[in-house]
Amino acid sequence: MMHIPDGYLGPATYGTMYAVTIPFWTIAARKLNKTLKTRQVPYLSLGAAFSFVIMMFNLPIVGGTTGHATGATLIAILLGPWAAMIAVSVALIIQALLFGDGGITALGANCFNMGVIGGLAGYGIYRLIAAGSDIKSARRWIAAAIAAYISLNLSALVTGIEIGIQPMLEKTTAGQPLYSPFPLSVAVPAMVVEHLVVFGFAEALVTALVVKYFQKSDPSMLGA
Amino acid sequence: MTNLKKLWIAIGILVILSPVGIILPKLFNAEGAWGEWGLDKIGKVAGFVPEGMKRMRERWKAPLSDYGLPGQSEALGGQSLGYVVSAIIGVAFIAGMMYLLTKLLVRKKNK
Repeated sequence: MMHIPDGYLGPATYGTMYAVTIPFWTIAARKLNKTLKTRQVPYLSLGAAFSFVIMMFNLPIVGGTTGHATGATLIAILLGPWAAMIAVSVALIIQALLFGDGGITALGANCFNMGVIGGLAGYGIYRLIAAGSDIKSARRWIAAAIAAYISLNLSALVTGIEIGIQPMLEKTTAGQPLYSPFPLSVAVPAMVVEHLVVFGFAEALVTALVVKYFQKSDPSMLGA
Repeated sequence: MTNLKKLWIAIGILVILSPVGIILPKLFNAEGAWGEWGLDKIGKVAGFVPEGMKRMRERWKAPLSDYGLPGQSEALGGQSLGYVVSAIIGVAFIAGMMYLLTKLLVRKKNK
């Protein structure tokens, strides 16, 4: 789904996305330095590893495309949105460099779409719905599921927009698109529908299950 | 056993199960993610391969491209093995990179 490869985004877009994402990385680094508790540190590696592995579970749409969950909302719920940004970004950087999954030029965009949006939206929506509820209440894991579903779809929407604006931005002198040739009317529905119908539910399920596990085994992790 | 240890074991189980991520799409005839296509598929769907795309694609040669080992068998068994080995290598690199990052970033005194 959202691992935009090299060549899809022109320099105008991938340059902008690096410029947008780098400040988030910087703020995230500062925030972690100030707020991450010592006992949370080992969970950062775990979260990044989880995000990496869960993205390998490609789910099919019959006769169509594949997609996967990202774990961004889950990490945001357990460790905060800034930790989620860093953990998902580390997973994406390794995926691009070692496995060619996602482009090097598109790393700024991919980290923004999955890490920054996933982390911030997932965290915000979870807090909004879970506000004031008991740590062990059903509202917590339901909030986690809804937050995961919505945030993955937001990531898909933004990815679709980034790909879809390419034909408008850079063209050859003959007027042919230089980069991704698919217009917004194709890219946005293609990205959003499959996430609304299938992959959003995968993200919701994984997130809710792990939150439930923490409600039982270590509710203090959900206390933040 | 600590929670952390249990969760690392869970990651290990996910790593072993990861070939599900290539077997399921095969079973259901799904052709890879939308917008992650190679140049030939783009050419087929769009009717042409954009110039800039041609120039930028394949510039970076990833050592374990598509989560496969160089020269592995094309059969599903060979692909699955490559996938698991890729998952192990990926997890190791990520844990290492994260460890170094937190050494740099996180102060010890936060309780």
